[in-house]
Amino acid sequence: MKRYFDYYRAQMKIAVLQEFQYPIAQYFYMIGMIAEPVIYMVVWSAVAVQQGGAVGGYTPGGFAAYYIVWTLVRNMNIVFTPYGWEWRIREGRLSMELLRPIHPLHGDVAYFAGWKFVVIALWIPLAIFLSLIFKPDLHPTLLEGVAFFFAIWLAYLIRTMTLSLLGMITFWTTRVSAIFELYFAAELVLSGRLVPLTLMPQWVQDLAWFFPFRWAFGFPIETLAGNLTTSQLLGGLGMQAAWIVIGIVATNLLWRVGIKKFSAVGG
Amino acid sequence: MSLAVNVSSLTKHYQVPEREAGLKAAAQGLFKRRYRTVKAVDDISFQIPTGEVVGFLGPNGAGKTTTLKMLSGLLHPTGGSASVLDFEPFRRSHDFLRQITLVMGNRNQLSWDLPALDSFDLQRAIYGLHADEFKKTRDEFIEILEVGSLVKQPVRNLSLGERMKMEIIGALLHKPKVLFLDEPTIGLDVTMQKRIRTFVAEYNQRYGATVLLTSHYMADVEALCKRVVVIHHGKILFDGNLSALVERFSAFKTVAFTLTDSASDLTPFGEVAARDGSRVTLRVPKEKASEVTSRLLTSLQVEDLTVEALPIEDVIASVFAIPKEAA
Repeated sequence: MKRYFDYYRAQMKIAVLQEFQYPIAQYFYMIGMIAEPVIYMVVWSAVAVQQGGAVGGYTPGGFAAYYIVWTLVRNMNIVFTPYGWEWRIREGRLSMELLRPIHPLHGDVAYFAGWKFVVIALWIPLAIFLSLIFKPDLHPTLLEGVAFFFAIWLAYLIRTMTLSLLGMITFWTTRVSAIFELYFAAELVLSGRLVPLTLMPQWVQDLAWFFPFRWAFGFPIETLAGNLTTSQLLGGLGMQAAWIVIGIVATNLLWRVGIKKFSAVGG
Repeated sequence: MSLAVNVSSLTKHYQVPEREAGLKAAAQGLFKRRYRTVKAVDDISFQIPTGEVVGFLGPNGAGKTTTLKMLSGLLHPTGGSASVLDFEPFRRSHDFLRQITLVMGNRNQLSWDLPALDSFDLQRAIYGLHADEFKKTRDEFIEILEVGSLVKQPVRNLSLGERMKMEIIGALLHKPKVLFLDEPTIGLDVTMQKRIRTFVAEYNQRYGATVLLTSHYMADVEALCKRVVVIHHGKILFDGNLSALVERFSAFKTVAFTLTDSASDLTPFGEVAARDGSRVTLRVPKEKASEVTSRLLTSLQVEDLTVEALPIEDVIASVFAIPKEAA
């Protein structure tokens, strides 16, 4: 356990050092990333005003809170993608990783976890800037704050698992982009990324319960910007933990089969 | 004598899709794919005792890298068996991986944007090395390879040779007992090649490590390996001492001499391999070398004549030219 802790610390340090090499690029990346929620925010705020001040319980201040928290959750959602899996197999990087006495997935989790610290540091001034312009209606309690802290990290792990599962399909298909696009479309609708799930038809909300998307995106936002009860907060965290367990089991199974395929054909 | 590597009837076959060129063939391939079996490694056997340095030679596509990948656990053999330090490599147990390394000259593990020192620290964490022991080994390797002034620079700012030195340090920090080196000096200048060869030799002597080395530079092989294994078309053509390889595969010898009369006709004596004024090098069949030498000395006015085996590069080139049917 101590060895894994040491490895995670060292890999996260490498990520931080590496990302600090290109601070300007990081900032432009962050600015590019907030364009999407700002569009949603402006559109929905205008709709809310036209509807007499609120849509589905969301005021312009409510939308501002939702989408400003969205920006942090979205960054926490950035993980090693299926495109990355394509690259690591095509370039032979996976072979080099397999020579190490540690599972490559630990490297992915640790590296992107380290990267989050850079992202959070860069996000803070952007969030302040957006708050000054859009005036979010955000008054979290201590419990919501604590739940949010855990929820964003659990969301990170859920998305890591799901995209790793998609990425591992590359063992069989070499290319995975078409499947990723399909996944991305489903995620957009069922996660709360496009619009708060409570504004979606009831059947979409019901459907979202059975997929990991909501627990990796909408739920963490709602812990801070929604009005969830304590039992809803704890239940949501429990659902996140359940999806992580499912993800660990599924990635292990797929890895065992996939790596046999990989070692049969080379890379 | 303990064996570090034991390979028996090791085989790796691939099913490779193939089709004719053109749109029609591509469209047909959507419905019916044609496969061809490629015998990358075909029933090879050899053993390497602990501490030995062996050259693994062969032309491109001979099966060298496939063999190294099987021995390091990256590829699952189609048939036969391999054991490295009494482990089955393809199981990739962590105890096995901690005791081996695979250095590929065209692949890199170091973080491009960071000084190598940061990547070395990551290696320490990956292998769970004790901090003091790690620091001692790292500093020792840095000193031997004379890269003290470079380890604090981002890897991207280093030359190819300097990067390769860093790669080798990173790959050996955990002091592996078995080294698989696949073209470690590829693309490097002569000085860099020599420095890396010296380092590998020193590592082998100091830690008693076993080394299996592939290289297209015969200077690497001559400097490090008494024994060579030659693989061609997936089969082993030769396994023995380097000198025996030359003896077996060299059908010619070179006769070099200086003439007092540079206008002499030399065609009756053999093939003129080189001629620079009065200095001549003849290529003659091995069994005729003494007879040609004697004729030269009696027929012409010759100074400082020497008879030598063909350069190892030429011998290897002639081995590599052996067609598949004859391999």
